[in-house]
Amino acid sequence: MTWLNEKERRIAGFAAIAFGVVALLPLVDQGYYLSISVNIVMYVVLCTAWTLFSGPTHYISLATAAFFGIGTYTVALGIDTVPFPLLLVIAALASGLLACVVGIATLRLSGIYFVIFTLGLAELVRQVVTWLQTNFSSSLGLYVFTDFGEKHIYWMLLGLAAIVYITGWLINRSRLGFAMQIIGNDETVAKHVGIDTARAKVILFIISGAFIGIVGAILAPRFSYVQPPSAFNPMISFQVVIMALLGGTKRIWGPLLGVIPFTILFDQVTAYFPNHTSFVIGIAFMAIVYLLPQGVLGRLEDLGRLRKRFRMVSAEEGNNP
Amino acid sequence: MSVIISGLLLGGTYALIAVGLTMQYGVSRIMNLANGENLVFACFIAFWLFTTFAINPIVGIVLIVPLAFVLNWLIYTYAMRPLVDRAKNRGQLEVDSILATFGLLFILQGIMKLTFGGGYFNYNFLAVPVTIMGSNYGLNRIVAFIAAAIIAGALYLFLNHTRYGTAIRAVAVDPVSAGLVAINVPRASAFAFALGGALTAASGALLSTFYTFNADMGIIFTMKALIIVIMGGVGDVRGAVLAALLLGLAETAVATFIDPGLTIAATYALFMLVLLFRPQGIFGKRPS
Repeated sequence: MTWLNEKERRIAGFAAIAFGVVALLPLVDQGYYLSISVNIVMYVVLCTAWTLFSGPTHYISLATAAFFGIGTYTVALGIDTVPFPLLLVIAALASGLLACVVGIATLRLSGIYFVIFTLGLAELVRQVVTWLQTNFSSSLGLYVFTDFGEKHIYWMLLGLAAIVYITGWLINRSRLGFAMQIIGNDETVAKHVGIDTARAKVILFIISGAFIGIVGAILAPRFSYVQPPSAFNPMISFQVVIMALLGGTKRIWGPLLGVIPFTILFDQVTAYFPNHTSFVIGIAFMAIVYLLPQGVLGRLEDLGRLRKRFRMVSAEEGNNP
Repeated sequence: MSVIISGLLLGGTYALIAVGLTMQYGVSRIMNLANGENLVFACFIAFWLFTTFAINPIVGIVLIVPLAFVLNWLIYTYAMRPLVDRAKNRGQLEVDSILATFGLLFILQGIMKLTFGGGYFNYNFLAVPVTIMGSNYGLNRIVAFIAAAIIAGALYLFLNHTRYGTAIRAVAVDPVSAGLVAINVPRASAFAFALGGALTAASGALLSTFYTFNADMGIIFTMKALIIVIMGGVGDVRGAVLAALLLGLAETAVATFIDPGLTIAATYALFMLVLLFRPQGIFGKRPS
C-alpha cells in the first residue's frame, strides 16, 4: 500500500472499523432502529452523491427524485425476468443517460438554467411514465416481490455508501477533481487554463446521477407496490438539498453531519405533527441561508480555527511571561 | 381554431405570472421560487372573498394587489436585502436567493395547508358559454384574458413611458451604472420585487375564476413561469408575453391532440429547443 500515506491509512482503517460496527446493527435490532437506519444510510448515499456534483460546482440539483424514480422503475419493470445485480447496473446506466442529456442541454449555460430544468425534471419523467403506462400497459402500478428484507436493503446501501465514499475520494485525487476545484473557485480562470468546464461538469453529474439511480433501485423492494407518484416523489429532491447543505459540502463526509440529525428530526415530526412537515422543510432552508451558510461543517471548522488561534496566543504568552 | 383560441386565453394568464417573475429576477436579481405560492395565495384570497363576502374577483383584485405589493415589499426588505448585501457575486446571490425562497415556498405552503386544507378548490364565476367562431369558451376565461391584457398593457406603458419606469429598466440593465446616474437602486429593486409579486397575485386572482387550485400546485406555476422568462429573455416584458402565448398554445395543442397528462412534457420540449438554439431568449441578443 505505497499509494496511501500514514494519515490516509489511519483514516481508511478507522472508516473500515466504523463500517464494520454499523453493519452489525441488524443483528441487534430488526424493528424501528433498523428502519430509521435504512433511511439514514439511504440519505447518506443520496446526499453524498449529490455533493459529488453540487459541492464543487455550487449548482443546486433538484433532479434527485427523477434519478431515484428511474432506478425504482427499472427494478419494478425487470424484477421478474432479470437478475437483481444486473438491474442495479441498468438503473445506473439509465439514470446516467438522463443525467448526460440534462447535463449537455443545460451545463454549457449558467447555473440558473440548470436549476430550473432540474426543478421540473421529476415531474416530467413522472408524466411520461404515467402516459406510457396508461397507453401501453394495463395497470398503473407494478408489484415488486423479492426475498429482500430491511436488513438486506440496509447492507446493500452500506456497501454502496462505501463505494460512493471511495469514488469521491478517488475523484478528489484525480485530474477531474483538481479541475472541479478550479471551476468551483473561478470558472473564468478554469476556462483560461484550458479546462473543458462543460465536459467536466457533465461527467461529474453523470456519476452523481448514476449513484442516485442505484439507490432508487435498491429501495424498490421496500415499496413492494410501485406507482409513479410514490417513485417520483419530489420531496426527496428537496430533503437531499437540505441535508447536504445543512451538513456542509466542502468535504465528502460533510453531508453526514446533516443527514443524521435531520432524518431523525423529520421522522419524529412526520410521526407526531404530520401537518407541519412543510414548515420543517421551510425553516430548514431558512436556517441554511441565514444561520449556517457553510453548514455544520463550516461551523466546526470555524471552531477548529478559533482553537488553533487560541492555542497559538497562549503559546506566545507562555514564551514571554 | 378552437385550440388556438383556448391556447391564447391560457397564455394570457401565464404571461402575467411570467411578467411578475421577470420583474423580480430581471430587476431585483432575486430568483423567487416562491412566486407560485404567491399566486396560489391570491387564488385562496379571491376564493375566500367570493364565497364569504360575495366580492366579485375582478373587484377583489383591487384589494389583493396592494396587499401582495406590501407583503412582497416586506419580504424583499427583511429577507432578500441582507442576501443582496452579503453576496460577493451574482452566482452567490442566485444560490442564496434560491434556497431562501425555497424556504419561503414551504412555509407559505404550510400556512395554506393548515388554513384551507389540502383539498381542491374552485368556484362558479361567470361560467357562461360564449360562442366565438363556432366553438364555446367560458366567459370567465375571456374576462380573465382581457383583464390580464389590460394589466400587462399598463405595465408596458409604465416601464417605457414614465420616468420611474425608465429608472427600473436601467437597474435591470446594470445596477452599478444605474447607481451612478442617481437612481436609488435599493429602492428601485424593492419596488420591482413588490410590483412583480403584485402582478403575480393579480394573475392568481384571475386564474382562480376558471381554474381548480390546491395548496400544492404553486411550484408547477413557478416552473412554467421560469421557463417562460428564460424563453422570453430575462427582464424582457415583450419576450415574456410572446413566450407565454406560445407556451399556452403548445400546452393546449398537446392536451387536445395527444394527452392532457403530458402538458409538462410539452413545456419541456419547448424549453429544450430554446436552450439548444436561443439560450439568450427569443428577442435576446447574443452576448458579445
